[in-house]
Amino acid sequence: MICGAKNWLVLGAFVVLALLPVTAVAEQSPIVIGVAGAHSGDLAPYGTPTKEAVEMLAAELNGKGGLLGRPVKLLVLDDQCKPEIAANVATNMVSQGAQAVIGHICSGASKAALGIYKEAKMVVISPSATNPPLTRSGLYPNFFRTIAPDDKQGQLAAAFVTGKLGARKIAILHDKGDYGKGFADFSRDAIAAGGKAQVILFEGITPGAMDYSAVIQKVRHAGADALIYGGYHPEASKLVAQMKKKRIDLPFIGPDGVMGGGFLAIAGANAEGVYATGPLDVSNYPLNQQVRAAYRQKYGREPGTFFDQGVAAWQGLVGAIQAAGSTDYAAVTRALQSHPVDTSIGRIKFDAHGDAEGVGFAVYQVRGGKFTEVQ
Amino acid sequence: MVSPFTRCAAASSPRCSDLSYFLELVGSGLTRGSIYALIALGYTMVYGIIQLINFAHGEIYMLGAFIALIVAGALTIYGFSGWAILLLAGLVAAIYAAAYGYTVERIAYRPLRQAPRLSPLISAIGMSLFLQNYVMLAQTPDFLPFPALIPEFALLEPVAHIIGSAEVVILLTSTLLMCGLSVLIRSTRIGKAMRATQQDMAMARLLGIDVDRVISFTFVVGSVLAAIGGVLVGSYLGQINFAIGFTAGIKAFTAAVLGGIGNIPGAVLGGLVLGLSEALAAGFVSSAYEDVFAFGVLILILILRSSGLLGWAVWQKV
Repeated sequence: MICGAKNWLVLGAFVVLALLPVTAVAEQSPIVIGVAGAHSGDLAPYGTPTKEAVEMLAAELNGKGGLLGRPVKLLVLDDQCKPEIAANVATNMVSQGAQAVIGHICSGASKAALGIYKEAKMVVISPSATNPPLTRSGLYPNFFRTIAPDDKQGQLAAAFVTGKLGARKIAILHDKGDYGKGFADFSRDAIAAGGKAQVILFEGITPGAMDYSAVIQKVRHAGADALIYGGYHPEASKLVAQMKKKRIDLPFIGPDGVMGGGFLAIAGANAEGVYATGPLDVSNYPLNQQVRAAYRQKYGREPGTFFDQGVAAWQGLVGAIQAAGSTDYAAVTRALQSHPVDTSIGRIKFDAHGDAEGVGFAVYQVRGGKFTEVQ
Repeated sequence: MVSPFTRCAAASSPRCSDLSYFLELVGSGLTRGSIYALIALGYTMVYGIIQLINFAHGEIYMLGAFIALIVAGALTIYGFSGWAILLLAGLVAAIYAAAYGYTVERIAYRPLRQAPRLSPLISAIGMSLFLQNYVMLAQTPDFLPFPALIPEFALLEPVAHIIGSAEVVILLTSTLLMCGLSVLIRSTRIGKAMRATQQDMAMARLLGIDVDRVISFTFVVGSVLAAIGGVLVGSYLGQINFAIGFTAGIKAFTAAVLGGIGNIPGAVLGGLVLGLSEALAAGFVSSAYEDVFAFGVLILILILRSSGLLGWAVWQKV
């Protein structure tokens, strides 16, 4: 019985099965890189540009022979910027064998996902999650970002409002989220530290609510001479529209979640004159112009919000993997921190916390339907 | 309604001393209250007739806004003026929404007429999710700008900081629709059939009333109301997306319960009470907690009057 033909057949089948995947792996198993962020839902305008950038650049890289001689395969998963979905996405990334992740887009979603990536020893580079503790807390040594953290933005907004605009009584509203309240808190702290002005109103609003006119009346009643808002563009455009309806004429300053085509489209004429802090203008770098031109050719439109940071996250990751010569977690992390890479936002490397050195913010204003840098 | 003001005046707190601030808050409260009322009307009417909480109502409201946006876009290209666009877009939206309402009832509720009460409720939630995702995939997940179709009245300019023309139009429309609906249900033939269906479906059928037709009609009217709400609110807020029906639905449902679900004037009253309590809470306490106050008022009223403010009056099930 032991040497029966049936047993040999079964054994043979096992041998063949066992050999097949091994040879396939040795030849060209792809490097799987995850792309996570809001690709649908109302925050999709922040996530889609990065997704498109990475898809374009990965195709280009594969055309040139791939990374370390292996093809790159993307694993694109949508978290809608919701923490509960982001945790699911992270689990999927790990189980489907992603070796590193570009994302997530929103700070809250990133926070929910990072623990899972840390367990799995995966490098995560976000183009847009600006919540400071994500790097500074030291909890996530696997996390890097190509955008400056919120405290930089809040400090800049505070300096601009109290300096250039000369406001002395400042109202601050926020959407109660990690990102919006974070920005609002840093603005408030910076104004208090500056000592030139005082914050006379600091309040949360409910995102998605139908009407903000009551809180706007409160801003007027408090006698504010400038309004800082921490949050995203849907609420910001509602606020500026309802301020105009209630005949309140105040300078309005938002963070980079406000700066973008979405805000301009929805707020329309009400957007005129609105200020927003946003990433430094990097359109002069040749690498940036080159990628943007390729994007315009492929998609036939201008790239959206966080596109440059998304491109830089990809270039930074690819550069680090090339420098490390492998996708090994420790080697890639070391390369990210020690090996400067030319990206579309300049030559960057990451500090010990995971923040990119040499990236920052500027103040922009809507003039003639476009965000223009305020000198 | 007046108590926060009198209390503030008595305490002579400097923050509350300003009468105009109070009026501004009341204006805000009336604005959002009338929005809630407008959407709550359809909710409460459908519940009044067939005791079904139509969770897809908010989605019909959203569909109405989307259709109006498409029609308004087309009409603007042909150079129509503000009022004509508002009326035509509203009309087309109402017709489309009526068709959707009819279809939703046929697909999701009619087959469950004899099922336990929980089944149509689940089916309604399913329909709501389906319609949301359908619009997200068929249209866009982004917010879209909605044109301000309601023109600014020069007459209202002196009080524009308290209440604007769009708010006045919404408030008047809610009141008019409330009166129209009451007349429809109280004094017309189909209204009589609706009341008979509400009281006893089997008996109404025995007496020769086409109950299915009456219920379809109820859904069509409810959907038309939702679509009108969608057009006016979209025009007031200036932005729409696929998810607006959810928040609107929750708040309108709360307003309907507050006023006594099934009661038409109650929906308007409930909407205004809800809106005013939110606005006053935002103004005098904190806008971060406005929902807490809104639902606190709901709980309080339900404890004192378990069937809502006007719940006893008209639609008590026998």
